[in-house]
Amino acid sequence: MGEDRRRFLKLAGLTALCAAGKGSLVRLAGAESPATGGAAKKKIRWAMVVDPRKCLEKEACTACIDACNHAHNVPAFDNPKHEVKWIWKEPFADAFLDQDVRYIDQALTTKPVFVFCNHCDNPPCVRVCPTKATWKREDGVVMMDWHRCIGCRYCMAACPYGSRSFNWEDPRPHIKQVNPDFPTRTKGVVEKCTFCDELLDKGQLPACVTACKEKALTFGDLNDPDSEVRRLLRSRFALRRKAGLGTNPEVFYLV
Amino acid sequence: MRERAWIFTGLAAFLALALAPVWQSALHGAARKPEPKIVTKAKQCVEPTAEMRRNHMELLNAWRDTVVRRGQRTYLAADGKTVTMSLSGTCMSCHPNKKEFCDACHNYLAVSPYCWECHIEPKEKS
Amino acid sequence: MLEKALVGSRGYWRWLMVLGAVIVLGVIAYLYQFAFGLGVTGLSRNVTWGLYIAQFTFLVGVAASAVMVVLPYYLHDFKTFGKLTILGEFLAISAVTMCMLFIFVDMGQPTRVLNVMLYPTPHSLMFWDMVSLMGYLVLNTLISHVTLDAERNAVAPPRWIKPIIILSIPWAVSIHTVTAFLYSGLAARPFWMTAILAPRFLASAFSAGPALLILFCLVLRRLTRFDAGREPIQRLAIIVTYAMLINVFFVLMELFTALYSNIPEDAEHFKFLYVGLAGNATLVPWMWASAVLSVVALVLLVNPKTRHNETTLAAACVAVFVGLWIEKGLGLIIAGFEPSPLGQVTVYTPTLPEILISLGIYAFGLFLITVFYKIALSVRGQVAA
Repeated sequence: MGEDRRRFLKLAGLTALCAAGKGSLVRLAGAESPATGGAAKKKIRWAMVVDPRKCLEKEACTACIDACNHAHNVPAFDNPKHEVKWIWKEPFADAFLDQDVRYIDQALTTKPVFVFCNHCDNPPCVRVCPTKATWKREDGVVMMDWHRCIGCRYCMAACPYGSRSFNWEDPRPHIKQVNPDFPTRTKGVVEKCTFCDELLDKGQLPACVTACKEKALTFGDLNDPDSEVRRLLRSRFALRRKAGLGTNPEVFYLV
Repeated sequence: MRERAWIFTGLAAFLALALAPVWQSALHGAARKPEPKIVTKAKQCVEPTAEMRRNHMELLNAWRDTVVRRGQRTYLAADGKTVTMSLSGTCMSCHPNKKEFCDACHNYLAVSPYCWECHIEPKEKS
Repeated sequence: MLEKALVGSRGYWRWLMVLGAVIVLGVIAYLYQFAFGLGVTGLSRNVTWGLYIAQFTFLVGVAASAVMVVLPYYLHDFKTFGKLTILGEFLAISAVTMCMLFIFVDMGQPTRVLNVMLYPTPHSLMFWDMVSLMGYLVLNTLISHVTLDAERNAVAPPRWIKPIIILSIPWAVSIHTVTAFLYSGLAARPFWMTAILAPRFLASAFSAGPALLILFCLVLRRLTRFDAGREPIQRLAIIVTYAMLINVFFVLMELFTALYSNIPEDAEHFKFLYVGLAGNATLVPWMWASAVLSVVALVLLVNPKTRHNETTLAAACVAVFVGLWIEKGLGLIIAGFEPSPLGQVTVYTPTLPEILISLGIYAFGLFLITVFYKIALSVRGQVAA
């Protein structure tokens, strides 16, 4: 190849690269700001308080799980390896691995607890996501953008609570009853509980909270000292999962 | 030369391939301009028709980012009404006939937007 | 210079065709995975990274190891490695390309992979991993092209390439450190969250990479007229020896802190690897095989007689490479997930599509190396008749 032709090609390639990279550089400098959450002027900090003693008074009650799964078209896979779950039952000993359950009140430790995304204040999953497909809203909800997720599963490696699921195959055939009011996801993206952000933005409570007949789930604003969640946390001691890791989870389990 | 047969066969094959649009239309009839069927009685979409035709892709992308990443769900339409920004909920409430509306142009242009891999289209009335 | 890859012996073309067949099989398997989803692999909700990411992690080390010939030659005027630097750089290009391919096939939504560049996220290590791998690829492509071109025209390389070569030295260290940081910053995975992970990665990189380079030199001596010479191979062998000693030392350090403190969340991962946990012992034979290979390798390397003998040296290099491939690949990645943050142990076995795709990528890497070395040796006029 002649020298001139080579030089032209190199210059053309470099120009194309710069033109393509402009958008990224602008975004890097301007720093995309997600997250106002449409919240009120006073800063809200959403949290959930779970009362395991009230829960499962009725054996095998899965009202919260069913409500969540239906509201969000969460698929049900037979293959446990491909399981997708946003809220589920976990044995007490596994949900609280750092507690010795042998001598704690058996009324508490023999029943499973309901676990889901803790919407941490210092979320490691958000820190590691390379595309900001998951981020923290100002009102505390750790969000998911299923349009942007590249399915690298780094967030799943980073979550200390196992709250996240991946769509190992097309979920649509595995949805029991499709809810037309909410999209499904596609294969190859990670999903998790989003504190029902679509309901929160309408001023409603998350589906699981509404579905629980025993009122075992309480949802509210931690920044409001008169809220139900604050009252509950003042009145009883609450555990958080793996509190020592510094993730600052905002789901509290009353003891 | 021996290569003559190969050269002419190659030329013929190339011409057949390159002129495919011409003899395809002659055989099957020219493709008609797509006419997306509008079934709603509403006078206008959230933006004027000409603008929607040109820019509905950008509008939907902007809606997507505004709803998901900023949590703002209401949009001031061109006629002054506020609508919820939702493909399945708003757009397809007036345009539920995906096959005759959305797909008419998309198929003609060989474009396959992946929106409906996740967003549920209303059940088509057969 | 690419035209030099288009002329070759029958053996050369046969080898490329065999590799091509494996690549095609890999592509077909990948198309199946692309259509169905990552569910065709053995991965699961609890074990989310497996064979692909294990290969990526191991190969980043091999890519970084080019620095082991470049640093002495360019920084310390160690002329002995003069003939080897181009081989090291080509190995780096091939390894980095394989790394990026392994990441690509592991993505759930590969068509969106550019989002990492379109939405740069400096607080994510994966962003920096992409930057450093891309940069390393560009650096080594530039360096190898310019130096080889200069050699072909029998002139000294232009002066501006020297600072770029010097830059590639810390950059090589950085690609592997960044990859280690991917793992060692995760509070959720105590098996990975150790300060010694990055030094461990570097030590294993500097053993496995030069070991592979030695093997390549011995193969090239058999198949072509290129003879690296006794001295460079012996010097590389000493590097492999010390690096392997340091690597084994680091592994023993990890075992001590985990097992002596007996903190369950630290110790259980090592128990899974070496004795099995909760009835799952799939990796146990592999880890012990790796341990035996490492010990055998060290015995052969430390003993001067077996190190000087190129047959036993070759055996030692194979043992180093395979032993580290096991320990740093599947051993490291899977054990991070077993047990899960909720205490569960889930079986992970790579499936056939996974294996075919991985073999396809390895075949592509070997394809690249073959083509590159053919070009380099043709330029030097040392290809066999």
